[in-house]
Amino acid sequence: MKCARLFLCFLAGGSLFGQVSYERLLHASREPQNWLTYSGNYSSQRYSALNQITPANVKQLDLRWIFQAQSLEKFEATPIVVNGVMYVTQPPNDIVALDAKTGRLFWVYQYHSSFGVRLCCGLVNRGLAILGNTLFMGTIDAHLVAIDAKNGHLLWNTELADCNLGYGITHAPLVVKDKIIVGTAGGEYGIRSFLAAYDANSGKQVWRFDAIPGPGMPGHETWQGDSWEHGGGSFWVTGSYDPTTNLTYWGTGNPGPDWNPSQRLGDNLYTDCAIALDADTGKLKWFFQFTPHDGSDWDSTQVPVLVDLDWNGTRRKAMLWANRNGFFYVLDRETGRFLFGCPFVKQNWNSGLDANGRPIPLPAAEGAQVNPGNQGGTNWYSPSYSPRTGLFYVTAWLDTFATYLRAPGKYEPGRRFMGGSYKSPVPAIRRGPINTWTEKGGYGGILALDPHTGKTLWEFKTHDVSDSGILTTASDLLFTGGREGYFYALHARTGALLWKFTVGGTAAASPMTYQVGDEQYVAIAAGHCLFAFALRNSL
Amino acid sequence: MRYRNRMLRTTILISLAIFLGGAEQLPGQTHSDSVITAEAGARLYFAYCSACHGSEGNSVPGVDFRSGKFRSASSDDDLMLIVLRGIPGTAMPPNNFGGSELRAIVSYIRSLQGLHLEALPGDTHRGQVIFEGRGDCMNCHRVNGKGSYAATDLSDIGMIRSIDYLKKSLIDPAISDVPEHRRIRATTQDGAVISGRRLNEDTFTLQIIDNRGNLISLLKPKLKTYEAVKGSTMPSYQNRLSPEELDDLVRYLYSLKGATSK
Repeated sequence: MKCARLFLCFLAGGSLFGQVSYERLLHASREPQNWLTYSGNYSSQRYSALNQITPANVKQLDLRWIFQAQSLEKFEATPIVVNGVMYVTQPPNDIVALDAKTGRLFWVYQYHSSFGVRLCCGLVNRGLAILGNTLFMGTIDAHLVAIDAKNGHLLWNTELADCNLGYGITHAPLVVKDKIIVGTAGGEYGIRSFLAAYDANSGKQVWRFDAIPGPGMPGHETWQGDSWEHGGGSFWVTGSYDPTTNLTYWGTGNPGPDWNPSQRLGDNLYTDCAIALDADTGKLKWFFQFTPHDGSDWDSTQVPVLVDLDWNGTRRKAMLWANRNGFFYVLDRETGRFLFGCPFVKQNWNSGLDANGRPIPLPAAEGAQVNPGNQGGTNWYSPSYSPRTGLFYVTAWLDTFATYLRAPGKYEPGRRFMGGSYKSPVPAIRRGPINTWTEKGGYGGILALDPHTGKTLWEFKTHDVSDSGILTTASDLLFTGGREGYFYALHARTGALLWKFTVGGTAAASPMTYQVGDEQYVAIAAGHCLFAFALRNSL
Repeated sequence: MRYRNRMLRTTILISLAIFLGGAEQLPGQTHSDSVITAEAGARLYFAYCSACHGSEGNSVPGVDFRSGKFRSASSDDDLMLIVLRGIPGTAMPPNNFGGSELRAIVSYIRSLQGLHLEALPGDTHRGQVIFEGRGDCMNCHRVNGKGSYAATDLSDIGMIRSIDYLKKSLIDPAISDVPEHRRIRATTQDGAVISGRRLNEDTFTLQIIDNRGNLISLLKPKLKTYEAVKGSTMPSYQNRLSPEELDDLVRYLYSLKGATSK
């Protein structure tokens, strides 16, 4: 009886019961009240079974609380939630534990990064991983740290690489079994990136996969001379995992120098790839390169979305991927075999894909306009797949373009290694309070794609482009934000706008949802704040 | 009876925990100010300085913070400028600290004056044995991922507290009673009792961590009563341990500098 009373009391606020075991991570979808990984679960569909908020009542959404970050850096994190406690990174690398119901703080962990940090695109962090009672975070100075989830104390700190050379980590780690998988970024500084697994208890490296193969390794022959030494291949976002294949899937970044491919002749493996690694050993099972010999910075830093589909009469373990190069792909995730691909945005750099999915490039004159632009058809922000609608949703940059000035890139440790420059009407990554976006730069859109045909079934057009990911729910709602400072809900079947809220700053993050007690919440970071919404009359 | 003894023991140990979370207060500072300055300076020093200068400030040849004398500085302002600008032609790099951070670091460097760990009495290993054994410290405290959440985590207590302070606190726990970390005892409308260490509080809510490590957020309007239990419930270790054992324990506590980068 006493236990029952205590439980009821805890519901008044929040409490943490039970460790987050690997078993719970495997079946994260069975506890939709929690959000246990960056993308919600291992399949990375960013889809929730919660359905209290519906198309019929979404207009009743109220802002419940705001957490203001003590930071002016971009707030790109997706929180995780465990039984009423929310953990989120305050940029760049502080961790805060919040009561998910009220937004009040339990504790703050402050990480002091090195002054040698060099990251191309902001001192950002996209989230955390959890196993047992331990949180894991990659840092902008290329460390992996383990933090006690109950009191915010540092348990171990492992340096992965030298940040003075441009190495850093921005994505949330992925926990598989007793290992923490994390990769390095910094391709714009001529790093040679890698993905590695670390023992959850000790922080010691268990395996390592080099994104740029060295001498004697398969794929090394795709690099001219010693160009492999500074080949890039960053890991910017979190990968996925399929326990039935025991493979972990990740996207790799662009080759370096970014815009001068003539000084690194060859396909430049394993840049711009989807890679499938044995989760126990890190051994490469297969790879699929989206953009061989890339000269446009079209890294494949998209979250691999794992979906089982009926494909030509058979059930296939598929992977859906809208790539920065402007193509939408369906791959067989057991073999890496190309199943299907088609453009989802305007593009002019190729004449299509061959039977193996390799793009057939068109010759381009120096300074010619290239569609899509440098930022691509989409980028690092998460797409979503709804098993209810069977549709794949992606934040797209439509009709964007860029022109490139290619020049020799000279590698100097810790300095930018770009190989030229580009021009585009797309404004800088950060937006000011007045939106100067015009039709000339293209436009933004949320697209609903049929995975079987690649056809856009509906498009929600926005004036400006967006750096916000997408969440879908079991009530056929789609949540997303954008650069214009709105957070809104669309009908996942029609794209109709159902609700919107002015968050007052760019939403450059992907939304998530959770439940505390009887209430479903939806949360997104925007500007320098984290916003949590729930229905006005849900109790 | 056995139950009662266990309760008493737990109370004692929780007091130890709360007391060890205490902080020294400098003239002109509020209690919270001193906590922030001492901890911030130590954490910044161990994040940015200790890799070269060492945890005791004596690892760079010719530079020994323990002496209190500096070749190129005499005032705190001088020291702050060196930390900020570095020393050209040496391995001392410029840094990008703000004013409050500089003051905190220099404050910590000053606190190292007179420190000679090798001359300290006691034995770190014996102290650890006491801490993990008959001292019963881990019934409330936690170090490097082991122990209880009932009291403050001591994994880096040696980084943020002086030897003198640690010793005084073990003898007289009252000096380290930290209001911020006091135990909260709350009663729900139906009479259930919830207690734990205070992590955060505002007009309408309370955030605590209970002895099992559960993070609990309470809405005050839904509580019948709640109170912060004043004072330290920890007994003095003056008579529980011999002077030599106290030295061992202090030395062990001072050796706890938190996890370092590998």
